[in-house]
Amino acid sequence: MSEEALWVVILGGMAATYATRASFIVFVPPERMPAWFRRGLRFVAPAVLAGLVATELVGTGEALNLPLGYPRLMAGALAALVAWRSRNTWLTILAGMAALWLMGVVIG
Amino acid sequence: MSVSRQPSGASAERRQEFWLGARDQIPILVGVLPAGLIFGALGKAAGLPDLVVQAFSLLVFAGSAQFVALGLVVSNAPSLIIILAIFIVNLRHALYSASFSEHLAHLPPCWKICLSWLLTDEAFAVASARYRRPEKENAHWYLLGTGLALWATWQVSTAVGILVGAGVPESWHLDFALPLTFVALLIPSITDGPTRLTAVLAGLLAVGMGALPYLFGLVVAVIVAVGVGALAESRRRVRSTGVELE
Repeated sequence: MSEEALWVVILGGMAATYATRASFIVFVPPERMPAWFRRGLRFVAPAVLAGLVATELVGTGEALNLPLGYPRLMAGALAALVAWRSRNTWLTILAGMAALWLMGVVIG
Repeated sequence: MSVSRQPSGASAERRQEFWLGARDQIPILVGVLPAGLIFGALGKAAGLPDLVVQAFSLLVFAGSAQFVALGLVVSNAPSLIIILAIFIVNLRHALYSASFSEHLAHLPPCWKICLSWLLTDEAFAVASARYRRPEKENAHWYLLGTGLALWATWQVSTAVGILVGAGVPESWHLDFALPLTFVALLIPSITDGPTRLTAVLAGLLAVGMGALPYLFGLVVAVIVAVGVGALAESRRRVRSTGVELE
């Protein structure tokens, strides 16, 4: 791929990315959104976070990440428990990382 | 407090929000760092000029989309297809934009333009926790702090990846800090029955449809789960106002 084509990709990619992020904030004021749409917005954060966590821990489709995924899934479950009890981000990460490292040592 | 002290008090508050945002982003940065290093190293290994690799991080500034784009560049896909792929991978950011639009509605255009630029998964995840807390008049400084912390880390880690390679041994599993931080943010975002339903459904659907290319499965999963959550909430409200069941 020529360097000019690479710059086209970068500038086009920049515009495409920015279009998604600016879409509502810059171009659609909240009062122009229908009420049902606005009611749904508080569910975006839990939905996206759950989707990202699930795909990272379990893997997806044919790339279901086992057996590599098992330690991560278990470490992630433990971290979720710690997050639920403690509501502390650092403690959650520490627990999850420690669990993953320990399983690495034990399983090899 | 005298009137003349007022601005300095307000600016101290803003500064505090900014640094709080940056600080709360630190756990995520641990996980983002290896990704930036790897992107830099992969770009270099693919034979792209250093400046081009860095420009991806500087200008496109979107983790997963950059990896997808790099893969397509390497396989010589047409430019337009690559740009389209970047757009599809980033479609979920429109949901973040919608979600924050109300919080940012009172700000002048330059703020909206800058904060949109910084609205990544990571900034959205951390800042949406902030927007669930009260006293939001300076919360946009918090969002700016999370966004800039991530942006700076992404630039530096890309540059280091280009110059010296990925460097971090895979056996450290530093990348795992990212999903762990998302776990830590997910749990408190589940505040009632409908949000719990939303989260469980989104997780299951995202895994089930994860084989769809360009994170399309994630976008569909999120939209369906959000719709079901909102429906469950409105049904619950009808029930609780109709008869006193609760």
